[in-house]
Amino acid sequence: MIGTSLGNLWYGFGVALQPSNLMWSFFGVFIGNLVGVLPGMGVLTTISILLPLTYALSPIAAVLLLAGIFYGAQYGAAVCSILLNLPCHPSHVVTCIDAYPLTRQGKGGMALGITMMSSFVGASVGIIIMVLFSSVVVALALQFGPAEYFSLLLFGLLAGSTMSKGDPIKGVAMMVFGMLLGVVGTDVTSGVFRFTFGILDLSDGIELVALALGLFGIGEFLKSVNKMVSIQGNSPGMHVRAREMLPTLADIRVAAWPTVRGTLIGAIFGFLPGTGPTPASFISYAAEKKLSKYPERFGHGAIEGFASSEASTHSCVQVDFIPTLTLGIPGEAVMALLLSALLIKGIQPGPQFISAHPSIFWGLVASFWIGNVMLIILNIPLIGLWVRLLSLPYRYIYPSALFFICIGVWSTRSSLVLVAETLIFGIVGYVFAALEFEIAPLLLGFVLEPLVEENFRRAMIFSRGDLATFVERPISAAFLCMTVLLLAVQSIGLARLARKKISANASATLAE
Amino acid sequence: MMVLGCGAAFTGSTYRLGTLSRMGPGFVPVALGILLALLGAVIALNDWLRGSRTDAPTVWHLPDPRGSICIVAGVFLFIVLGNFGGLMPATFGLVFVSSLGDRSSTFKRSLLLASGLAVFGSLLFRYPLAQPFPLFQWGAP
Repeated sequence: MIGTSLGNLWYGFGVALQPSNLMWSFFGVFIGNLVGVLPGMGVLTTISILLPLTYALSPIAAVLLLAGIFYGAQYGAAVCSILLNLPCHPSHVVTCIDAYPLTRQGKGGMALGITMMSSFVGASVGIIIMVLFSSVVVALALQFGPAEYFSLLLFGLLAGSTMSKGDPIKGVAMMVFGMLLGVVGTDVTSGVFRFTFGILDLSDGIELVALALGLFGIGEFLKSVNKMVSIQGNSPGMHVRAREMLPTLADIRVAAWPTVRGTLIGAIFGFLPGTGPTPASFISYAAEKKLSKYPERFGHGAIEGFASSEASTHSCVQVDFIPTLTLGIPGEAVMALLLSALLIKGIQPGPQFISAHPSIFWGLVASFWIGNVMLIILNIPLIGLWVRLLSLPYRYIYPSALFFICIGVWSTRSSLVLVAETLIFGIVGYVFAALEFEIAPLLLGFVLEPLVEENFRRAMIFSRGDLATFVERPISAAFLCMTVLLLAVQSIGLARLARKKISANASATLAE
Repeated sequence: MMVLGCGAAFTGSTYRLGTLSRMGPGFVPVALGILLALLGAVIALNDWLRGSRTDAPTVWHLPDPRGSICIVAGVFLFIVLGNFGGLMPATFGLVFVSSLGDRSSTFKRSLLLASGLAVFGSLLFRYPLAQPFPLFQWGAP
């Protein structure tokens, strides 16, 4: 099996090294790196802006471009959080805790070097896991019937919405709301218009690009206009030289085991559909702190902390592609957009994906490695440029981005109605964000709703309306068990939190 | 910390949404609507309980009025001008109005940025990317 995998990988390198594919992959990585550094420009925003552009590309180039943006941004965001204490991406919040103190001690270069190393290890292991295990997942997936898919989707949806940051109940509410938005349009089985409110443009459903760009583009700009802190040129992170980035042997020794542990944790989270790199990074940081002999060092520049969280982020990002491509179930919102890029090309991800489109799958795998190497090479000379870019005023960034949003949305269907749709979602997204509702679960629910509904209906047809089918089939029952377990753990955590808050309030009132 | 009224509004509107469509194709929407209504109620209840226990002031993350109005107006202008004037005026209107929303931007700078993007951007999308969006047109298409 390993032999064929290696052969396939070799074939993939052949695909990825074709000049045009290499160019698009480089372009994606570069753009990703750039937006990762820029605060206020998320990966989701960028991918949704560039999504319409990919319609003109070949499927391979489109996927390489979008995937490159995704993992390129992870590197960029790491730079930003280490040097300037700005977590541009939620999965890097933990990196800030320990890496920024090092920057303040003048060891920012070393922190960057360690981060790059552990990211590279994490990503490489993630890719190896992808190569070895995707065929296993495919074998498993071929036994999946509608009941199994439904249970897995349910698990993914609940995991994705409760494990993102913020209140889990609100996350689930947003997910359900997203699913309701997914219902809009023509019903596939009966042809009935649902929730179109007499607007003909809605009969095709809500356009994913409009939804994503509204929520993450316009909504994000509404939130951050005039609120972005501009960076002054005198912070300690501004002066890092490439020579300082080489970590000493002692530092590497400290970082080695945490990197391995972080990688494993990240890989596990990558396999779970619905959970992205953010929970992986938090959990691996917490684990490292528990395992450490000197937990008091955490928060003051402990190398273990950010080495493991970065490794987990990167391995998770790579492994995330397995459920997305082999099951057609996106691990998180970014993956959902990537999936839609493939669907637009008429390529259906699923168990047959690897055998039907080997050039895309293996080309993608190979391009990950090439992209990761490119990122390391890119990052070393470009750090100075990135840091200077951070002082680019926001007043130039957001109007230009708005233009790309409008024209991008317009071009998906050559319709200005879509631009109006985007504007409405922007306002809606902003209101939700202002009320502290997390937006990512909404997109997840929106994308998965058709799959959920279809598989639920099919399962019901096969079992003649007997709900017990979900429990009677072993794989489906296992997923449901995991779902219940997840909910139980979450609600215990919630109850504990609530009790803590109440007691804190009580003691506060007593003190008064 | 949060909403009281919004939770209720949320609940009300979702009930209506849920029961709107028929059974059959409407089965999933109804189920989702009821679920969302319940969740909305739980959230509202949670906030109400929390609100009565603590006297924490309600923090509304208020938008920056100038910025948000300019952004919304800019996109709106893009739709109107795109319909009646073509891509180039639409782009100009969008970028000019929305960039005025930033407190640190000046009239002159916005004008420059807007004209630059209008010319460069619309030509880029019109010719190399071949989008069928007319640069200029008068009246409704």
